[in-house]
Order: sequence, then structure tokens, then C-alpha cells
Amino acid sequence: MPNKTFFWFFLPTGLAMILFIGLPIISTGIQSFYAQHDQVVKEVKKCDPFGCTVSIVVDNELTTKLREDKPLGKFNGFGTYVDRNHLAIDEIKKFWNETENFGAFVDQVTNLPFYKALIFTLTYCLFVTPNVLLLGFIIALSLNAVARKIRGPLIFGTILPMIVTPLVGSLVLFWMIDSQGIIGANIQNLMNDPYLSLKSSKTLTWITIIIYGIWHHSPFAFVVFYAALQTVPQEPVEAAIIDGASRFQRIKHIVLPHIYPVVTFVALISLMDNFRVFEPIIGFSAEGSAQSLSWLIYDNLVNEEVILFGSAAATSMMTIVGIAILLAPVLIRTWKEFKTAR
Amino acid sequence: MDYGLDKKSTSLKTFNTIFIIVWLLIACFPFIWTFWGSFKVRADFFSRSDWWYAISAFNTLIETGGKFTTDAYTQAWTEGEFWKASKNTIIVTVFVVSISLFLGTLGAYALSRSTERYAFWILIAALIFRAMPHITLVSGYLFPFFQLQIWGILPTTIVVLVAINQPFTLWLLYSFFKTVPKELDESALIDGCSYFQAFRHIIMPVMWPGVITAGLFSLMLAYNDFTVTALLLNQENHTMVPKIQSYLGTNQHEGNLMWAVSAVVSATAPLFMLVMFFQRQVISGLTAGAVKG
Repeated sequence: MPNKTFFWFFLPTGLAMILFIGLPIISTGIQSFYAQHDQVVKEVKKCDPFGCTVSIVVDNELTTKLREDKPLGKFNGFGTYVDRNHLAIDEIKKFWNETENFGAFVDQVTNLPFYKALIFTLTYCLFVTPNVLLLGFIIALSLNAVARKIRGPLIFGTILPMIVTPLVGSLVLFWMIDSQGIIGANIQNLMNDPYLSLKSSKTLTWITIIIYGIWHHSPFAFVVFYAALQTVPQEPVEAAIIDGASRFQRIKHIVLPHIYPVVTFVALISLMDNFRVFEPIIGFSAEGSAQSLSWLIYDNLVNEEVILFGSAAATSMMTIVGIAILLAPVLIRTWKEFKTAR
Repeated sequence: MDYGLDKKSTSLKTFNTIFIIVWLLIACFPFIWTFWGSFKVRADFFSRSDWWYAISAFNTLIETGGKFTTDAYTQAWTEGEFWKASKNTIIVTVFVVSISLFLGTLGAYALSRSTERYAFWILIAALIFRAMPHITLVSGYLFPFFQLQIWGILPTTIVVLVAINQPFTLWLLYSFFKTVPKELDESALIDGCSYFQAFRHIIMPVMWPGVITAGLFSLMLAYNDFTVTALLLNQENHTMVPKIQSYLGTNQHEGNLMWAVSAVVSATAPLFMLVMFFQRQVISGLTAGAVKG
């Protein structure tokens, strides 16, 4: 296709992506170097018969004017990145000098908002992704063994958790697991502890959200694996059966190597999606004990008094760096393949 | 896959059946339960004293005189203004699907027919864009949108959702157009058609299976979105998902949590119907890029 024709065909979609994905990333980058204005203060001298006192009050008029003149805020350089709510360099130095052992130091650091969120996000990715792959694969194998006639409805039932939006999915589970719901109430009875509830324990909340993640993402892995299983060639499998290979050996030595590229694809997509975990925290009302990077950004953006653009943007930039690190191996591999292909 | 040689033992078959039944229960029961509970009053579905009330409808009988009540639905749709939210969702979904298919088919067709190196890099860039968490993009939008005073209205959100959706649509349709033989449009070009004419008369009639799949995914994205719609729309223009979240925020009031339950059912039902009809397309879409490795 000639370049000129390509250009006109691609222009609309290219423009949309540049304007609403490319530019916002740049805009986020710029915003992250600014912070909201401090309030302008002035000294007011008050005199009464007993003498004069000087008090400091906020000058509302000037503050509003300043905010209107420079809506982006004041230039802050990397200030937002290193403050207490982000990388917290100073605090970490302080903890390092003050705490006696390493455990206490780690404890202190993981209580800082950014590191807390980072640890939750990584824990979520680390537990959800492998389990999603495993469960999805088992369901695919299992459904692949049932009669073809009844597979349609079974597949429909299996993919339900995936097609609802995460907020709805987590709400539906939360209403059952909550202490007033069917599962929560029964667990209370079973454990004989009327105060046992999701909100009371951090570990329980984390486990619930991770279980939700597996429930929500497994159908995706299932669908892809199921389709891949249909393409496994028959002959090697039959040969293996004649040679006396067990079912497990057949899966390990024939099926898995055949669908290996698909496994990496699912792992990658699942990792990318899990890294932006956000809605379940709202669905489970788990803000108290579990915060993710995306949730931190959301929290800054819905701030009551003044929207913390700078802070949200700094967290966003660091999230993008995180995504880049996750994607790097794939990009490098694609680049190498592209090089050799030419 | 039915191997003629592969004899499954009875115990394996039983185990397999049990596993599938258990999994289907886990996957579907929450939805069935929510559906059932949406016809009860709050004191039953979120019972402080006994969860069995949700089944026996103890309080529902006392409060409404019947075992089932549709109060939650009528209240959420009228008083809770859920009708407005669903109207907004329909507007957003229709526009997002049609615009993103229009842009996506043109772009993906060009990508699939180009032999230049930049086509490869565009696809890689689209992959990177696909990986961006939506909330980071939203944090980039808010400030400029406030300044330009285009925040809070539906058209802005529609354009944003279209853009966010493009990378995936491009990849999906690209791999679809790759399966449409090149000779088809090349012969039209030789006969003197321009590329646009070839696209219009040769490609468009055969592209519908791919377009339906891509359309379904755009629809699911627009319909299900929370991050963008919650932050870029004002209260008036909220779509269904942020509306459901707003019912949660005020759950001190007796009725509102049940509003959320009935709203969840109302929002989910059309989606389930749609997927039931188009199951084959959804599955082929999810596997399009994957199976070819």
C-alpha cells in the first residue's frame, strides 16, 4: 500500500490515539512536576486597649487569584516524587538511621503509603497470575473431556465472571462474603466467632481480593487455553498412548509444549491487567487495609478540597515505569525476532 | 478432542464431572444469588440475625405482604434515577461502538495491507498503549479538560473511550484482515479501483464476522467502564456503573443498598443475554491474537 493511501486510512485512528493516549501521558508527565499552591498568608495586626498582637491569617482573595492565574500550581521539580506520599526518600533515610534491626526498618517503610500500595499490587499480581493460569488450564482440560453437545452452556457459565465489570463482580461476591451475607454468616457459625468479618482483618481482606482476582480472570485463561487445545495435533498424542504414556506425561510432554506460546501470552495479558487492580478495592470497600497504585491515583483525583493533580501524576508516572518494566522482556524479544526476520 | 485410543477410567470421569459442577457453582452461584436476593427487602438479603431469612423471606413477608417484591427495582429506576443512567449508557455505548469500528476498520485494513516497517512499529506502540492503566490516562485528562471546560459531558467521554479502545480494536481487526486473502483486493486494484473503492466494495462485504467480534468487545468496554466514566462525567451524566457505586456511598439509608443490588441485576442482565447470543464471536475474539502465537 502506498504511503499516502496508508496515511489517509490510518489518520483517524492515529489521531485519536495520539490525542487521547499519547498526549495525556505527556500531560501527566508535566503535571507531576507541579504541586498545588500553598495558601497565601498575611500578617494582621490587631490592636486593643491591652496592646497589639500580630496574627497570621489566610488571604483568601490572593489565594484564589493565584490559583486562577496559575492553575497548574507551582513548579516543584522532583519534589512530589520524593515526598512522604511517594518515594519518601527522607523518611527512609531517617528510618534507616533510627531503627535497630532490619525487620523494624521494613515495617516502618511498608507503612508509607506508596510502598504499602506497591506491596499490595505486587502481592496481588504474584498470587493471582499463576493461579489464573493453573485454574484456567485445568478447567480447559476438564471441559475438553466432556461431550461436545453440552459444552456450549458449560462454556457460557464459565465465562460469566469475566464479562461483568470488576466493580459489579466484586460487589456480587462482597454481598455474599460480608458478615451479613450467606457465606460470611455461615463462616461465623462454623468458626463460632460472631465478630469474624472481612473488614476486621487485613489478611482476610487481602485473601478475599486475591480470590476475587482468580475468580474474575480464570475464565479468560480458560477461553484461550481451550481454543489452543483444539489445535493440538492428534498423531503424537495417539503415539504416546500406544507407547504407554500416562495422562499426566502426555500433558507434560505433548500438550504443554504445543501451547507454550499461548501460555506466555495469557501470562503477559493477565500480569498487565492485574497490575492495574483498582475496582475490587472499591467493590469490597477495602480501602482501609488494601490499597493499590491505581487506587492511590483515584484517591488523589477524588480528593474533597482540592484535586491533587501533581501527586496523582507522580504516582501515574511511576505506575507507567512499572508497566514498562513488566513489558520490557516482551518488547526485547519482539525486537530480536523482528531483527532476525529481516 | 476425542482420541479413539484414549480410554478414560470411570473414576476419572466422575472426578471430572464433580470438578466441572463445583467450578460452575463457583462461577454462577453469586449471580443467581444476587438475582434471587434482589426481590427481597434489605433486612432479608443483608440479615443481621439469620442468613436463612434471605430464602424464607421472613421480613419481606412482614414488610410487603408477599414473598417477592419488586420495590427495589421500581425505586432505583424512578427515585434513584437509574433510567437516566441507563439512557446515558445506551448513548455512550452506541456512539463508542460505531465510532471505534469506523476508525478501527480503516486503520487495521491499512496496517494489514502495508509492507512498510512503520506498520510493525505502530502495532508495537498500540500494544504499549493497551498496557497503560486507564486511571493514569485519566489523571492526564482531568486538568486539561477542566481548563478547556469540556469536563463532565458525554461527548468527551465517548471520544476518550473510543481512543482507549483503539489499540485493542486495531490488533483484533488486524489479525482478522490478515486472514482475508490479499488477492481479493489486489485484483480489484488491477481492474482500476482505488484503495477506497476496493475497501468499500470488496472488503466491506466480507469483513462482518471480524467486525461483529470487535464491536462486541468495544461494547463490553464502553458498557463496563468505571474508571473513565466515574471521573470524567458529572453526576447528571453518570452511566450505570458509576451510578451503582453512588448508591453504595449512601448506604445508611434503608433502601439504597437494595437499589444497588437491583441496579447490578438490571445492568448485568442485558450483557448476559448478549453474550449468550454471541458466545462464539466473543471466544473467537479472545483467541484471535493468541492461538497464532
